[in-house]
Amino acid sequence: MAAATEGERAQRRLGWLLCAPAALVMLAVTGWPILYAVWLSFQRFDLKYPDQREFVGLDNYLTVLGNGYWWTAFGVTVLITVVSVAIELVLGMALALVMHRALVGRGLVRTVTLIPYGIVTVVAAFSWRYAWTPDTGYLAELITPGGAPLTGTGSSLAIIIVAEIWKTTPFMALLLMAGLALVPEDLLKAAAMDGAGPWQRFVKVMLPVMKPAILVALLFRTLDAFRVFDHIVVLTSGAQDTSSVSVLAYNNLIKGLNLGIGSTMSVLIFLAVALIAWIFVKLFGTAAPGGDDGGRR
Amino acid sequence: MADVGGAATRARKVKWTVLDVVVVVYALLPVLWIASLSFKTEATLGDGHLIPREWTLENYATIFSTDEFTRALVNSIGIALIATAIAVVLGAMAAYAIARLEFPGKRLLVGASLLIAMFPQVSLVSPLFEIERVLGLFDTWPGLILPYTTFSLPLAIYTMSAFFREIPWELEKAATMDGATPGQAFTKVIAPLAAPGVFTTAILVFIFCWNDFLFAISLTSTEASRTVPVALQFFTGDSQFEDPTGSISAAAVVITVPIVVFVLLFQRRIVSGLTSGAVKG
Repeated sequence: MAAATEGERAQRRLGWLLCAPAALVMLAVTGWPILYAVWLSFQRFDLKYPDQREFVGLDNYLTVLGNGYWWTAFGVTVLITVVSVAIELVLGMALALVMHRALVGRGLVRTVTLIPYGIVTVVAAFSWRYAWTPDTGYLAELITPGGAPLTGTGSSLAIIIVAEIWKTTPFMALLLMAGLALVPEDLLKAAAMDGAGPWQRFVKVMLPVMKPAILVALLFRTLDAFRVFDHIVVLTSGAQDTSSVSVLAYNNLIKGLNLGIGSTMSVLIFLAVALIAWIFVKLFGTAAPGGDDGGRR
Repeated sequence: MADVGGAATRARKVKWTVLDVVVVVYALLPVLWIASLSFKTEATLGDGHLIPREWTLENYATIFSTDEFTRALVNSIGIALIATAIAVVLGAMAAYAIARLEFPGKRLLVGASLLIAMFPQVSLVSPLFEIERVLGLFDTWPGLILPYTTFSLPLAIYTMSAFFREIPWELEKAATMDGATPGQAFTKVIAPLAAPGVFTTAILVFIFCWNDFLFAISLTSTEASRTVPVALQFFTGDSQFEDPTGSISAAAVVITVPIVVFVLLFQRRIVSGLTSGAVKG
Protein backbone atom coordinates (compact mmCIF):
# COMPACT_ATOMS: atom_id res chain seq x y z
CA MET A 1 0.00 0.00 0.00
CA ALA A 2 1.47 3.35 -1.00
CA ALA A 3 0.11 6.50 0.56
CA ALA A 4 -2.78 5.31 2.64
CA THR A 5 -5.70 7.67 2.67
CA GLU A 6 -7.09 9.05 5.89
CA GLY A 7 -9.99 6.59 5.68
CA GLU A 8 -7.72 3.60 5.16
CA ARG A 9 -5.57 4.61 8.08
CA ALA A 10 -8.59 5.04 10.31
CA GLN A 11 -9.87 1.64 9.22
CA ARG A 12 -6.53 0.03 10.00
CA ARG A 13 -6.38 1.63 13.41
CA LEU A 14 -9.93 0.59 14.23
CA GLY A 15 -9.21 -2.95 13.04
CA TRP A 16 -6.20 -3.27 15.31
CA LEU A 17 -8.01 -1.65 18.19
CA LEU A 18 -10.94 -4.05 17.92
CA CYS A 19 -8.76 -7.15 17.60
CA ALA A 20 -6.21 -6.20 20.22
CA PRO A 21 -8.08 -7.39 23.34
CA ALA A 22 -8.93 -10.81 21.87
CA ALA A 23 -5.41 -11.21 20.49
CA LEU A 24 -3.80 -10.21 23.78
CA VAL A 25 -5.93 -12.60 25.83
CA MET A 26 -5.21 -15.51 23.48
CA LEU A 27 -1.51 -14.71 23.46
CA ALA A 28 -1.32 -14.32 27.24
CA VAL A 29 -3.19 -17.53 28.02
CA THR A 30 -1.76 -19.82 25.32
CA GLY A 31 1.43 -18.32 23.84
CA TRP A 32 3.18 -17.47 27.06
CA PRO A 33 2.24 -20.67 28.94
CA ILE A 34 3.33 -22.97 26.13
CA LEU A 35 6.76 -21.31 26.11
CA TYR A 36 6.79 -21.58 29.87
CA ALA A 37 5.92 -25.28 29.55
CA VAL A 38 8.94 -25.77 27.31
CA TRP A 39 11.10 -24.01 29.91
CA LEU A 40 9.65 -26.16 32.73
CA SER A 41 10.22 -29.32 30.71
CA PHE A 42 13.97 -28.71 30.82
CA GLN A 43 13.99 -28.69 34.60
CA ARG A 44 13.81 -31.19 37.39
CA PHE A 45 10.91 -29.66 39.23
CA ASP A 46 8.87 -31.70 41.67
CA LEU A 47 6.63 -29.68 43.97
CA LYS A 48 7.13 -32.32 46.64
CA TYR A 49 10.86 -31.51 46.65
CA PRO A 50 10.97 -27.87 45.50
CA ASP A 51 14.57 -27.31 46.67
CA GLN A 52 15.85 -29.91 44.20
CA ARG A 53 14.77 -27.76 41.27
CA GLU A 54 17.48 -27.57 38.62
CA PHE A 55 18.10 -27.37 34.89
CA VAL A 56 18.48 -30.86 33.44
CA GLY A 57 18.34 -30.27 29.70
CA LEU A 58 16.63 -33.09 27.84
CA ASP A 59 16.65 -35.55 30.75
CA ASN A 60 12.89 -35.35 31.25
CA TYR A 61 12.31 -36.16 27.60
CA LEU A 62 14.57 -39.21 27.88
CA THR A 63 12.69 -40.28 31.01
CA VAL A 64 9.25 -39.92 29.42
CA LEU A 65 10.16 -41.38 26.03
CA GLY A 66 11.92 -44.31 27.67
CA ASN A 67 8.92 -45.09 29.82
CA GLY A 68 6.49 -47.91 29.05
CA TYR A 69 3.51 -46.09 30.56
CA TRP A 70 3.95 -43.19 28.15
CA TRP A 71 3.96 -45.45 25.11
CA THR A 72 0.99 -47.47 26.39
CA ALA A 73 -0.93 -44.23 26.89
CA PHE A 74 0.17 -43.03 23.48
CA GLY A 75 -1.03 -46.26 21.87
CA VAL A 76 -4.33 -46.07 23.73
CA THR A 77 -4.82 -42.47 22.59
CA VAL A 78 -4.09 -43.31 18.97
CA LEU A 79 -6.36 -46.35 19.10
CA ILE A 80 -9.27 -44.38 20.59
CA THR A 81 -8.73 -41.56 18.10
CA VAL A 82 -8.55 -43.72 14.99
CA VAL A 83 -11.39 -46.10 15.84
CA SER A 84 -13.81 -43.49 17.15
CA VAL A 85 -13.21 -40.98 14.35
CA ALA A 86 -13.59 -43.68 11.68
CA ILE A 87 -16.88 -44.92 13.10
CA GLU A 88 -18.09 -41.37 13.70
CA LEU A 89 -17.47 -40.48 10.08
CA VAL A 90 -19.73 -43.29 8.87
CA LEU A 91 -22.38 -42.81 11.55
CA GLY A 92 -22.19 -39.05 11.26
CA MET A 93 -22.74 -39.24 7.52
CA ALA A 94 -25.81 -41.40 8.05
CA LEU A 95 -27.11 -39.05 10.70
CA ALA A 96 -26.42 -36.03 8.49
CA LEU A 97 -28.43 -37.63 5.69
CA VAL A 98 -31.33 -38.27 8.06
CA MET A 99 -31.20 -34.71 9.40
CA HIS A 100 -30.95 -33.25 5.91
CA ARG A 101 -33.48 -35.37 4.07
CA ALA A 102 -35.99 -36.74 6.59
CA LEU A 103 -39.51 -36.39 5.21
CA VAL A 104 -41.05 -36.58 8.66
CA GLY A 105 -39.86 -35.14 11.94
CA ARG A 106 -36.84 -33.28 10.64
CA GLY A 107 -37.04 -30.66 13.41
CA LEU A 108 -37.39 -33.38 16.02
CA VAL A 109 -34.35 -35.25 14.75
CA ARG A 110 -32.24 -32.10 14.67
CA THR A 111 -33.32 -31.17 18.18
CA VAL A 112 -32.62 -34.51 19.85
CA THR A 113 -29.32 -34.78 18.01
CA LEU A 114 -28.12 -31.65 19.76
CA ILE A 115 -28.57 -33.26 23.17
CA PRO A 116 -25.50 -35.51 23.03
CA TYR A 117 -23.56 -32.55 21.62
CA GLY A 118 -24.66 -30.19 24.38
CA ILE A 119 -24.69 -32.49 27.38
CA VAL A 120 -21.81 -32.21 29.82
CA THR A 121 -19.30 -34.94 28.96
CA VAL A 122 -18.89 -35.92 32.60
CA VAL A 123 -22.66 -36.43 32.90
CA ALA A 124 -22.72 -38.65 29.84
CA ALA A 125 -19.70 -40.52 31.14
CA PHE A 126 -21.45 -41.23 34.45
CA SER A 127 -24.48 -42.50 32.58
CA TRP A 128 -22.28 -44.91 30.64
CA ARG A 129 -20.44 -45.91 33.79
CA TYR A 130 -23.66 -46.84 35.55
CA ALA A 131 -25.00 -48.50 32.43
CA TRP A 132 -21.98 -50.81 32.33
CA THR A 133 -21.76 -51.45 36.07
CA PRO A 134 -23.44 -54.79 36.82
CA ASP A 135 -25.53 -53.49 39.70
CA THR A 136 -27.02 -50.29 38.34
CA GLY A 137 -26.70 -50.96 34.65
CA TYR A 138 -28.91 -52.04 31.82
CA LEU A 139 -26.15 -52.74 29.32
CA ALA A 140 -23.90 -54.79 31.60
CA GLU A 141 -26.63 -57.40 32.19
CA LEU A 142 -27.79 -57.34 28.61
CA ILE A 143 -24.47 -57.64 26.79
CA THR A 144 -22.06 -59.17 29.27
CA PRO A 145 -24.14 -61.11 31.80
CA GLY A 146 -22.22 -61.83 34.97
CA GLY A 147 -19.20 -59.81 33.87
CA ALA A 148 -17.95 -56.41 34.94
CA PRO A 149 -16.92 -54.84 31.62
CA LEU A 150 -15.29 -51.76 33.19
CA THR A 151 -12.65 -53.90 34.90
CA GLY A 152 -10.97 -55.30 31.78
CA THR A 153 -8.67 -53.37 29.47
CA GLY A 154 -10.26 -54.35 26.16
CA SER A 155 -13.85 -53.95 27.25
CA SER A 156 -13.07 -50.67 29.04
CA LEU A 157 -11.48 -49.25 25.93
CA ALA A 158 -14.47 -50.36 23.87
CA ILE A 159 -16.81 -48.59 26.30
CA ILE A 160 -14.70 -45.43 26.23
CA ILE A 161 -14.86 -45.49 22.43
CA VAL A 162 -18.63 -46.03 22.47
CA ALA A 163 -19.02 -43.07 24.84
CA GLU A 164 -16.85 -40.88 22.61
CA ILE A 165 -18.82 -41.88 19.53
CA TRP A 166 -22.17 -41.24 21.19
CA LYS A 167 -21.14 -37.79 22.35
CA THR A 168 -19.46 -36.45 19.25
CA THR A 169 -21.17 -38.10 16.27
CA PRO A 170 -23.81 -35.31 16.32
CA PHE A 171 -21.11 -32.66 15.99
CA MET A 172 -19.59 -34.56 13.07
CA ALA A 173 -23.07 -34.91 11.55
CA LEU A 174 -23.76 -31.18 11.84
CA LEU A 175 -20.53 -30.30 10.06
CA LEU A 176 -21.30 -32.86 7.37
CA MET A 177 -24.85 -31.58 7.05
CA ALA A 178 -23.44 -28.14 6.26
CA GLY A 179 -21.58 -29.83 3.43
CA LEU A 180 -24.68 -31.68 2.28
CA ALA A 181 -26.53 -28.40 1.99
CA LEU A 182 -24.00 -27.35 -0.66
CA VAL A 183 -24.88 -30.28 -2.94
CA PRO A 184 -27.03 -28.85 -5.73
CA GLU A 185 -30.43 -30.53 -5.85
CA ASP A 186 -30.49 -30.22 -9.68
CA LEU A 187 -27.31 -32.22 -9.97
CA LEU A 188 -28.82 -35.06 -7.94
CA LYS A 189 -31.96 -34.99 -10.06
CA ALA A 190 -29.95 -35.03 -13.27
CA ALA A 191 -27.92 -37.96 -12.00
CA ALA A 192 -31.08 -39.82 -11.06
CA MET A 193 -32.51 -39.18 -14.54
CA ASP A 194 -29.36 -40.57 -16.07
CA GLY A 195 -30.02 -43.75 -14.16
CA ALA A 196 -27.63 -43.36 -11.24
CA GLY A 197 -28.75 -45.34 -8.20
CA PRO A 198 -28.73 -43.92 -4.67
CA TRP A 199 -25.26 -45.29 -3.92
CA GLN A 200 -23.81 -43.92 -7.16
CA ARG A 201 -25.41 -40.54 -6.50
CA PHE A 202 -23.85 -40.56 -3.05
CA VAL A 203 -20.36 -41.53 -4.20
CA LYS A 204 -20.18 -39.69 -7.51
CA VAL A 205 -22.18 -36.54 -6.78
CA MET A 206 -22.41 -35.89 -3.05
CA LEU A 207 -18.99 -36.94 -1.79
CA PRO A 208 -16.93 -34.78 -4.19
CA VAL A 209 -18.96 -31.68 -3.32
CA MET A 210 -18.74 -32.47 0.38
CA LYS A 211 -14.99 -33.07 0.43
CA PRO A 212 -14.05 -29.78 2.14
CA ALA A 213 -16.71 -30.26 4.81
CA ILE A 214 -15.56 -33.84 5.40
CA LEU A 215 -11.96 -32.70 5.82
CA VAL A 216 -12.90 -29.98 8.27
CA ALA A 217 -14.98 -32.43 10.28
CA LEU A 218 -12.22 -35.06 10.26
CA LEU A 219 -9.51 -32.61 11.28
CA PHE A 220 -11.47 -31.10 14.11
CA ARG A 221 -12.64 -34.44 15.44
CA THR A 222 -9.21 -36.08 15.16
CA LEU A 223 -7.55 -33.33 17.16
CA ASP A 224 -10.42 -33.33 19.60
CA ALA A 225 -10.35 -37.11 20.06
CA PHE A 226 -6.61 -37.01 20.62
CA ARG A 227 -7.21 -34.95 23.76
CA VAL A 228 -9.64 -37.51 25.21
CA PHE A 229 -9.75 -37.02 28.98
CA ASP A 230 -13.19 -36.64 30.60
CA HIS A 231 -14.60 -40.02 29.57
CA ILE A 232 -11.52 -41.92 30.74
CA VAL A 233 -11.30 -40.20 34.10
CA VAL A 234 -14.93 -40.92 34.92
CA LEU A 235 -15.18 -44.39 33.39
CA THR A 236 -11.91 -46.00 34.53
CA SER A 237 -9.71 -43.30 36.10
CA GLY A 238 -7.10 -44.63 33.71
CA ALA A 239 -6.89 -48.00 35.45
CA GLN A 240 -5.96 -51.21 33.59
CA ASP A 241 -3.84 -49.40 31.04
CA THR A 242 -6.66 -47.23 29.75
CA SER A 243 -4.92 -43.87 30.35
CA SER A 244 -4.67 -41.52 27.41
CA VAL A 245 -1.72 -39.15 27.16
CA SER A 246 -3.87 -36.37 28.60
CA VAL A 247 -4.82 -38.49 31.60
CA LEU A 248 -1.20 -39.49 32.14
CA ALA A 249 -0.02 -35.86 31.98
CA TYR A 250 -2.77 -34.85 34.39
CA ASN A 251 -1.84 -37.62 36.83
CA ASN A 252 1.83 -36.67 36.82
CA LEU A 253 1.05 -33.04 37.27
CA ILE A 254 -1.88 -32.73 39.65
CA LYS A 255 -1.65 -36.01 41.50
CA GLY A 256 2.14 -36.46 41.32
CA LEU A 257 2.88 -32.71 41.49
CA ASN A 258 5.81 -33.30 39.15
CA LEU A 259 5.85 -30.14 37.06
CA GLY A 260 8.97 -31.10 35.10
CA ILE A 261 7.64 -34.45 33.86
CA GLY A 262 4.08 -33.09 33.49
CA SER A 263 5.34 -30.22 31.34
CA THR A 264 7.44 -32.57 29.24
CA MET A 265 4.32 -34.60 28.46
CA SER A 266 2.46 -31.36 27.73
CA VAL A 267 5.07 -30.37 25.18
CA LEU A 268 5.10 -33.84 23.59
CA ILE A 269 1.30 -33.81 23.28
CA PHE A 270 1.49 -30.37 21.73
CA LEU A 271 4.04 -31.63 19.20
CA ALA A 272 1.90 -34.68 18.41
CA VAL A 273 -1.13 -32.49 17.74
CA ALA A 274 0.92 -30.13 15.61
CA LEU A 275 2.15 -33.15 13.65
CA ILE A 276 -1.41 -34.41 13.07
CA ALA A 277 -2.49 -30.97 11.86
CA TRP A 278 0.58 -30.79 9.60
CA ILE A 279 -0.16 -34.22 8.11
CA PHE A 280 -3.74 -33.15 7.35
CA VAL A 281 -2.54 -29.99 5.66
CA LYS A 282 0.12 -31.89 3.65
CA LEU A 283 -2.29 -34.63 2.60
CA PHE A 284 -5.15 -32.41 1.67
CA GLY A 285 -3.37 -29.20 0.76
CA THR A 286 -5.35 -26.04 0.77
CA ALA A 287 -8.60 -27.94 1.18
CA ALA A 288 -7.75 -28.21 4.86
CA PRO A 289 -9.01 -25.33 6.98
CA GLY A 290 -6.59 -22.50 7.41
CA GLY A 291 -4.36 -23.66 4.59
CA ASP A 292 -0.69 -23.48 5.51
CA ASP A 293 -1.45 -21.74 8.81
CA GLY A 294 -2.64 -24.99 10.33
CA GLY A 295 0.71 -26.71 10.39
CA ARG A 296 3.06 -24.02 11.56
CA ARG A 297 4.98 -24.05 14.89
CA MET B 1 -40.62 -31.62 0.67
CA ALA B 2 -39.92 -33.22 -2.65
CA ASP B 3 -37.28 -35.87 -2.47
CA VAL B 4 -35.17 -36.99 -5.41
CA GLY B 5 -37.36 -39.14 -7.61
CA GLY B 6 -40.77 -37.65 -6.93
CA ALA B 7 -43.61 -37.77 -4.47
CA ALA B 8 -43.43 -39.13 -0.98
CA THR B 9 -45.14 -42.45 -0.72
CA ARG B 10 -46.48 -44.04 2.39
CA ALA B 11 -43.60 -46.53 2.43
CA ARG B 12 -41.13 -43.69 2.45
CA LYS B 13 -42.84 -42.00 5.34
CA VAL B 14 -42.69 -45.23 7.29
CA LYS B 15 -39.01 -45.60 6.49
CA TRP B 16 -38.23 -42.09 7.70
CA THR B 17 -40.33 -42.54 10.82
CA VAL B 18 -38.36 -45.66 11.69
CA LEU B 19 -35.11 -43.77 11.15
CA ASP B 20 -36.39 -40.92 13.32
CA VAL B 21 -37.15 -43.35 16.12
CA VAL B 22 -33.67 -44.86 15.86
CA VAL B 23 -32.08 -41.43 16.12
CA VAL B 24 -34.28 -40.39 19.05
CA VAL B 25 -33.51 -43.58 20.98
CA TYR B 26 -29.81 -43.18 20.20
CA ALA B 27 -29.72 -39.61 21.43
CA LEU B 28 -31.89 -39.95 24.49
CA LEU B 29 -31.24 -43.36 26.00
CA PRO B 30 -28.17 -42.46 28.10
CA VAL B 31 -29.88 -39.27 29.24
CA LEU B 32 -33.07 -41.07 30.19
CA TRP B 33 -31.10 -43.71 32.02
CA ILE B 34 -29.34 -41.26 34.31
CA ALA B 35 -32.59 -39.34 34.84
CA SER B 36 -34.27 -42.61 35.78
CA LEU B 37 -31.51 -43.41 38.29
CA SER B 38 -31.95 -39.99 39.86
CA PHE B 39 -35.63 -40.70 40.61
CA LYS B 40 -35.10 -44.17 42.04
CA THR B 41 -35.07 -44.95 45.73
CA GLU B 42 -31.91 -46.39 47.17
CA ALA B 43 -33.47 -49.83 47.37
CA THR B 44 -34.43 -49.93 43.70
CA LEU B 45 -31.28 -48.33 42.25
CA GLY B 46 -29.95 -51.68 41.19
CA ASP B 47 -33.16 -53.16 39.77
CA GLY B 48 -32.25 -52.45 36.16
CA HIS B 49 -35.65 -51.04 35.16
CA LEU B 50 -35.63 -48.02 32.88
CA ILE B 51 -38.85 -46.73 34.43
CA PRO B 52 -38.45 -46.49 38.23
CA ARG B 53 -40.74 -48.75 40.23
CA GLU B 54 -40.64 -46.40 43.19
CA TRP B 55 -40.34 -42.70 42.45
CA THR B 56 -38.62 -40.35 44.86
CA LEU B 57 -37.26 -36.82 44.94
CA GLU B 58 -35.01 -37.65 47.85
CA ASN B 59 -31.83 -37.57 45.77
CA TYR B 60 -32.59 -34.01 44.74
CA ALA B 61 -33.38 -33.03 48.32
CA THR B 62 -30.06 -34.55 49.39
CA ILE B 63 -27.88 -32.67 46.95
CA PHE B 64 -29.55 -29.33 47.59
CA SER B 65 -29.26 -29.78 51.35
CA THR B 66 -25.47 -29.63 51.33
CA ASP B 67 -23.02 -26.92 50.42
CA GLU B 68 -20.99 -29.25 48.29
CA PHE B 69 -23.41 -29.21 45.36
CA THR B 70 -25.06 -25.80 45.69
CA ARG B 71 -21.69 -24.08 45.97
CA ALA B 72 -20.44 -25.92 42.88
CA LEU B 73 -23.61 -24.97 41.02
CA VAL B 74 -23.12 -21.29 41.87
CA ASN B 75 -19.49 -21.56 40.71
CA SER B 76 -20.50 -23.25 37.46
CA ILE B 77 -23.16 -20.68 36.65
CA GLY B 78 -21.08 -17.66 37.66
CA ILE B 79 -17.90 -18.73 35.94
CA ALA B 80 -19.65 -19.80 32.73
CA LEU B 81 -21.71 -16.61 32.52
CA ILE B 82 -18.78 -14.26 33.12
CA ALA B 83 -16.50 -16.15 30.72
CA THR B 84 -19.27 -16.14 28.10
CA ALA B 85 -19.83 -12.41 28.50
CA ILE B 86 -16.14 -11.59 28.12
CA ALA B 87 -15.60 -13.98 25.21
CA VAL B 88 -18.64 -12.65 23.36
CA VAL B 89 -17.67 -8.99 23.80
CA LEU B 90 -14.02 -9.49 22.79
CA GLY B 91 -15.01 -11.95 20.07
CA ALA B 92 -17.63 -9.59 18.64
CA MET B 93 -15.13 -6.77 18.38
CA ALA B 94 -12.60 -8.96 16.60
CA ALA B 95 -15.24 -10.60 14.40
CA TYR B 96 -16.53 -7.21 13.33
CA ALA B 97 -13.05 -6.16 12.34
CA ILE B 98 -12.47 -9.42 10.46
CA ALA B 99 -15.77 -9.28 8.61
CA ARG B 100 -15.78 -5.60 7.78
CA LEU B 101 -12.35 -4.02 7.81
CA GLU B 102 -9.14 -4.40 5.85
CA PHE B 103 -6.02 -4.24 7.97
CA PRO B 104 -2.63 -5.93 8.04
CA GLY B 105 -2.42 -8.80 10.49
CA LYS B 106 -5.98 -9.98 9.85
CA ARG B 107 -4.90 -13.32 8.41
CA LEU B 108 -2.50 -13.80 11.28
CA LEU B 109 -5.30 -13.39 13.81
CA VAL B 110 -7.57 -15.81 11.95
CA GLY B 111 -4.73 -18.33 11.70
CA ALA B 112 -3.81 -17.92 15.35
CA SER B 113 -7.34 -18.48 16.56
CA LEU B 114 -7.58 -21.57 14.36
CA LEU B 115 -4.43 -22.86 16.05
CA ILE B 116 -5.95 -22.25 19.45
CA ALA B 117 -9.11 -24.08 18.45
CA MET B 118 -6.94 -27.12 17.74
CA PHE B 119 -4.69 -26.62 20.75
CA PRO B 120 -4.37 -29.62 23.10
CA GLN B 121 -5.67 -28.05 26.28
CA VAL B 122 -3.77 -30.47 28.48
CA SER B 123 -0.57 -28.83 27.23
CA LEU B 124 -1.60 -25.69 29.06
CA VAL B 125 -2.54 -27.38 32.29
CA SER B 126 0.98 -27.66 33.70
CA PRO B 127 2.21 -24.14 32.89
CA LEU B 128 -1.13 -22.57 33.88
CA PHE B 129 -1.09 -24.50 37.15
CA GLU B 130 2.31 -23.05 38.01
CA ILE B 131 1.59 -19.54 36.68
CA GLU B 132 -1.72 -19.32 38.51
CA ARG B 133 -0.14 -20.57 41.73
CA VAL B 134 2.46 -17.80 41.54
CA LEU B 135 -0.08 -15.12 40.60
CA GLY B 136 -2.56 -16.25 43.25
CA LEU B 137 -5.18 -17.15 40.65
CA PHE B 138 -5.16 -20.86 41.42
CA ASP B 139 -8.52 -22.04 42.78
CA THR B 140 -10.28 -18.73 42.06
CA TRP B 141 -13.02 -17.76 39.61
CA PRO B 142 -10.67 -15.69 37.41
CA GLY B 143 -8.34 -18.69 37.30
CA LEU B 144 -10.98 -20.58 35.32
CA ILE B 145 -12.55 -17.63 33.53
CA LEU B 146 -9.23 -16.85 31.81
CA PRO B 147 -8.72 -20.22 30.08
CA TYR B 148 -12.45 -20.53 29.31
CA THR B 149 -12.48 -17.12 27.64
CA THR B 150 -9.35 -17.95 25.69
CA PHE B 151 -10.54 -21.27 24.39
CA SER B 152 -13.96 -19.97 23.45
CA LEU B 153 -12.59 -16.95 21.61
CA PRO B 154 -11.83 -18.87 18.38
CA LEU B 155 -15.36 -20.30 18.38
CA ALA B 156 -16.79 -16.85 19.11
CA ILE B 157 -14.71 -15.12 16.44
CA TYR B 158 -15.48 -17.72 13.76
CA THR B 159 -19.18 -17.94 14.42
CA MET B 160 -19.73 -14.22 14.71
CA SER B 161 -17.64 -13.23 11.73
CA ALA B 162 -19.68 -15.70 9.66
CA PHE B 163 -22.88 -14.06 10.89
CA PHE B 164 -21.51 -10.56 10.46
CA ARG B 165 -20.64 -11.20 6.81
CA GLU B 166 -24.36 -11.66 6.12
CA ILE B 167 -25.26 -8.23 7.45
CA PRO B 168 -25.94 -5.66 4.68
CA TRP B 169 -22.90 -3.44 4.20
CA GLU B 170 -24.83 -0.56 2.72
CA LEU B 171 -26.50 0.37 5.98
CA GLU B 172 -23.16 0.96 7.62
CA LYS B 173 -21.96 2.99 4.64
CA ALA B 174 -25.13 5.03 4.71
CA ALA B 175 -24.58 5.75 8.38
CA THR B 176 -20.98 6.82 7.82
CA MET B 177 -22.10 9.06 4.97
CA ASP B 178 -24.62 10.65 7.26
CA GLY B 179 -21.69 11.62 9.43
CA ALA B 180 -21.36 8.69 11.82
CA THR B 181 -17.85 7.58 12.73
CA PRO B 182 -16.96 3.91 12.11
CA GLY B 183 -17.40 3.40 15.86
CA GLN B 184 -20.90 4.87 15.81
CA ALA B 185 -21.78 2.87 12.73
CA PHE B 186 -20.88 -0.19 14.77
CA THR B 187 -22.88 0.53 17.90
CA LYS B 188 -25.91 2.18 16.29
CA VAL B 189 -26.44 0.28 13.08
CA ILE B 190 -24.62 -3.00 12.98
CA ALA B 191 -24.91 -4.09 16.60
CA PRO B 192 -28.73 -4.41 16.57
CA LEU B 193 -28.58 -6.35 13.30
CA ALA B 194 -25.87 -8.55 14.74
CA ALA B 195 -27.75 -9.38 17.92
CA PRO B 196 -29.10 -12.79 16.77
CA GLY B 197 -25.64 -13.96 15.76
CA VAL B 198 -24.20 -12.71 19.02
CA PHE B 199 -26.89 -14.48 20.98
CA THR B 200 -26.29 -17.77 19.16
CA THR B 201 -22.59 -17.47 19.83
CA ALA B 202 -23.28 -16.83 23.50
CA ILE B 203 -25.22 -20.11 23.73
CA LEU B 204 -22.42 -22.08 22.08
CA VAL B 205 -19.77 -20.50 24.28
CA PHE B 206 -21.83 -21.08 27.41
CA ILE B 207 -22.23 -24.76 26.52
CA PHE B 208 -18.47 -25.00 26.05
CA CYS B 209 -17.67 -23.41 29.43
CA TRP B 210 -20.42 -25.37 31.19
CA ASN B 211 -18.94 -28.60 29.84
CA ASP B 212 -15.31 -28.14 30.79
CA PHE B 213 -13.75 -30.72 33.08
CA LEU B 214 -9.99 -30.65 32.45
CA PHE B 215 -9.28 -27.07 33.52
CA ALA B 216 -11.82 -27.24 36.31
CA ILE B 217 -10.25 -30.31 37.88
CA SER B 218 -6.67 -29.10 37.40
CA LEU B 219 -6.94 -25.47 38.42
CA THR B 220 -9.20 -25.77 41.46
CA SER B 221 -8.72 -27.48 44.79
CA THR B 222 -11.58 -26.42 47.05
CA GLU B 223 -15.26 -25.51 46.98
CA ALA B 224 -14.22 -21.90 46.35
CA SER B 225 -14.18 -22.45 42.61
CA ARG B 226 -14.92 -26.14 41.96
CA THR B 227 -17.57 -26.49 39.26
CA VAL B 228 -20.27 -29.16 39.09
CA PRO B 229 -18.55 -31.61 36.68
CA VAL B 230 -15.64 -31.78 39.12
CA ALA B 231 -17.84 -31.88 42.21
CA LEU B 232 -19.60 -34.94 40.72
CA GLN B 233 -16.27 -36.69 40.64
CA PHE B 234 -15.73 -35.90 44.33
CA PHE B 235 -19.18 -37.15 45.37
CA THR B 236 -17.75 -40.56 44.59
CA GLY B 237 -14.80 -40.27 46.92
CA ASP B 238 -16.13 -39.77 50.41
CA SER B 239 -19.02 -42.12 50.74
CA GLN B 240 -18.18 -45.59 51.90
CA PHE B 241 -21.43 -45.82 53.79
CA GLU B 242 -23.87 -44.36 51.34
CA ASP B 243 -23.99 -45.16 47.68
CA PRO B 244 -23.55 -41.84 45.85
CA THR B 245 -25.16 -43.08 42.63
CA GLY B 246 -28.49 -41.38 43.36
CA SER B 247 -26.87 -38.07 44.30
CA ILE B 248 -24.56 -38.06 41.31
CA SER B 249 -27.45 -38.83 38.98
CA ALA B 250 -29.60 -36.08 40.44
CA ALA B 251 -26.77 -33.54 40.20
CA ALA B 252 -26.08 -34.70 36.65
CA VAL B 253 -29.72 -34.13 35.72
CA VAL B 254 -29.70 -30.65 37.27
CA ILE B 255 -26.79 -29.51 35.10
CA THR B 256 -28.31 -31.14 32.04
CA VAL B 257 -31.55 -29.18 32.33
CA PRO B 258 -30.16 -25.85 31.02
CA ILE B 259 -28.67 -27.65 28.03
CA VAL B 260 -31.98 -29.33 27.21
CA VAL B 261 -33.79 -25.99 27.55
CA PHE B 262 -31.33 -24.27 25.20
CA VAL B 263 -31.63 -27.08 22.69
CA LEU B 264 -35.43 -27.08 22.75
CA LEU B 265 -35.74 -23.31 22.45
CA PHE B 266 -32.90 -22.53 20.07
CA GLN B 267 -32.38 -25.66 17.97
CA ARG B 268 -32.34 -23.70 14.71
CA ARG B 269 -29.89 -21.09 15.96
CA ILE B 270 -27.51 -23.65 17.43
CA VAL B 271 -27.46 -25.66 14.22
CA SER B 272 -26.85 -22.59 12.09
CA GLY B 273 -24.23 -21.32 14.51
CA LEU B 274 -22.30 -24.59 14.51
CA THR B 275 -22.42 -25.01 10.77
CA SER B 276 -21.82 -21.41 9.65
CA GLY B 277 -18.34 -21.19 11.10
CA ALA B 278 -17.28 -24.53 9.70
CA VAL B 279 -18.04 -24.22 6.02
CA LYS B 280 -16.90 -21.06 4.37
CA GLY B 281 -17.10 -21.00 0.60
